[in-house]
Amino acid sequence: MISVYVIVLAVACLVAVVCALPGTFLVVRGVALMSDAISHSVLLGIALFFLLTRSLDSPLLLVGAALAGVATVVATETIITTRCLRQDAAIGIVFPLFFSCGVLLISLFARDVHLDVDMVVLGEILFTPFHRLHLFGIDCGPYALWTLAGVLGLNLIFIVACYKELVLALFDGAYAHVTGFRPKLLYYVLMLCVSVTAVAAFDSVGSVVVVALMVTPAATAYLLADRLHVMLATSIGCALFAAVAGWWCAHIADVSVAGAIATTSGVLFLAVLCCAPRRGLFAHMLYRQEMRKERTLAIVAKYLAHHANKGVTDYAVARDLGWPLRRVRWARDRLSVQ
Amino acid sequence: MSTLLVVMCGTSCIGAVAGGIGAFSLVRQQSLLGDAISHAALPGIATMFLYTQSTDPFVLMIGGGIAGCIGALLVMYIMRVTALKRDALLGIILSVFFGFGLVLKTIIQKRGIAHQAILGKFFFGNASTLLWGDIYMMLGVGVCLSVVLAALWHRFVLISFDRAHAHVLGFRVGVLDVVLTGMTVVAIVMGLHAVGVLLMSALLISPAAAMRQWTNSFVTLFWGAVLLGAASAAGGSYISSLGRNIPTGPVVVIVASCAVVISLLFGAQRGVLRGLSEVRYD
Repeated sequence: MISVYVIVLAVACLVAVVCALPGTFLVVRGVALMSDAISHSVLLGIALFFLLTRSLDSPLLLVGAALAGVATVVATETIITTRCLRQDAAIGIVFPLFFSCGVLLISLFARDVHLDVDMVVLGEILFTPFHRLHLFGIDCGPYALWTLAGVLGLNLIFIVACYKELVLALFDGAYAHVTGFRPKLLYYVLMLCVSVTAVAAFDSVGSVVVVALMVTPAATAYLLADRLHVMLATSIGCALFAAVAGWWCAHIADVSVAGAIATTSGVLFLAVLCCAPRRGLFAHMLYRQEMRKERTLAIVAKYLAHHANKGVTDYAVARDLGWPLRRVRWARDRLSVQ
Repeated sequence: MSTLLVVMCGTSCIGAVAGGIGAFSLVRQQSLLGDAISHAALPGIATMFLYTQSTDPFVLMIGGGIAGCIGALLVMYIMRVTALKRDALLGIILSVFFGFGLVLKTIIQKRGIAHQAILGKFFFGNASTLLWGDIYMMLGVGVCLSVVLAALWHRFVLISFDRAHAHVLGFRVGVLDVVLTGMTVVAIVMGLHAVGVLLMSALLISPAAAMRQWTNSFVTLFWGAVLLGAASAAGGSYISSLGRNIPTGPVVVIVASCAVVISLLFGAQRGVLRGLSEVRYD
């Protein structure tokens, strides 16, 4: 009998990897908040199909949720193509409408059922070892592990099979369209992956932490990587780190596992933001200092070249340039050494 | 009946303020900032609760406001120093702050069940528990925001439409940006305890987006958004009171979204049908 803690850790790692894959493409494309929109809108699909099937375990709920996610994207894209609203406003109008309809349906027709909004938004990973999948009377293990593994498989198949087309559609959509590669279709299939991932994952961690795992590791990888396949690998690595570290912290401090995972992914992002080799804050500060030094030397050299025949004192240079004496002295020392 | 009046007044006040500020957000392409700040306020509220042990909404709001401001300022700062785009940063702030809020929520939970209900209320709000005291506080905040807006109106409009020009003219664009974003945070946090997270972000975007389809003038857009925000909030509250067990928040969002859909289809300036009927001389 595998320990409950190990199962929770396995689910956390699986969720992290499953979310990081489509999340990378979302961040590069610039539609990261679509993950937030989709993970809220799927409630409408779940509510509708629940009212149809009257069962919480029906696989049709997954189908309904995926359809709701795609409907969100279609609606948003339609509004954007009319050019009456820009992308951010379009996203921000569609998903509250869908989510509100879902909440209304649940409040009116499914009040007393376990399908409550808190579960959707917050999830509960600690229940996953106990919710088992039973096929033909045999206990096959935790339900969440099976659904997540299946969704991971789907995501991997799509990304590996269409990798070159995805890269082309992502970076040069117009060329892709002109050469017949259907970037719009690829985009919709990607969003379908995001919807299915969101549904599979929020049983465990809730819809908002799904957003955290999709966007934050990808953004962290964006600061570190130059090529897309490196970025994909890095974001999977960051997501796994966040999952394990978050699970461990939650275990130690006895707090919400999902919240801890989201927080550790944010802490990792902050750390990389500061320390990243070429794009981090420290690297920026060092670069600016270097530039400042070079500029100082160049300006003082030019000044001295101008006044070559007169003997110029440091004080005169400092007064003319409006700089402190120390800076001029340093520059002249460096220039005379060269 | 009196409860309904209180609820309608309260939500209209929130809707008006959110609509007005939303006009600026729409123009600056920061519509989703409202969603991010609504979610980011949660850890602030939880921290304030842990620190002061008070359940007074006004006190908790201050905590939420501080957290929201930190989040918004982080987004602006990181956008300036790295190549990361606004949408990714908003997503990070939204989810990480909210996740931290969940952690704090479980800490509060361990101290007793009664307390964690406080945080639950903020998610969907509790419009039915509004009191006249809350209304006066919201009116007060609204008046303060209006005073600042009136004083700095031309500067705000200028930086919303043409930052470079404002910079060249010598205005402190960075400072004005921070002030306007701060006002957005205040407008959102003010309404959170009454109407909840989702509704605030919808009220920020929908009235302005709807009005945009009818006018090209910013002044008309602003006042129209204020009125439309108030009207959709009041209308939604009224409709939700007609039935049993109908939550206020989702109904107001649906009313506001219907206004947007109608405006998109029939809007005088930019509506879809108007576009279809125009002859194109391309």
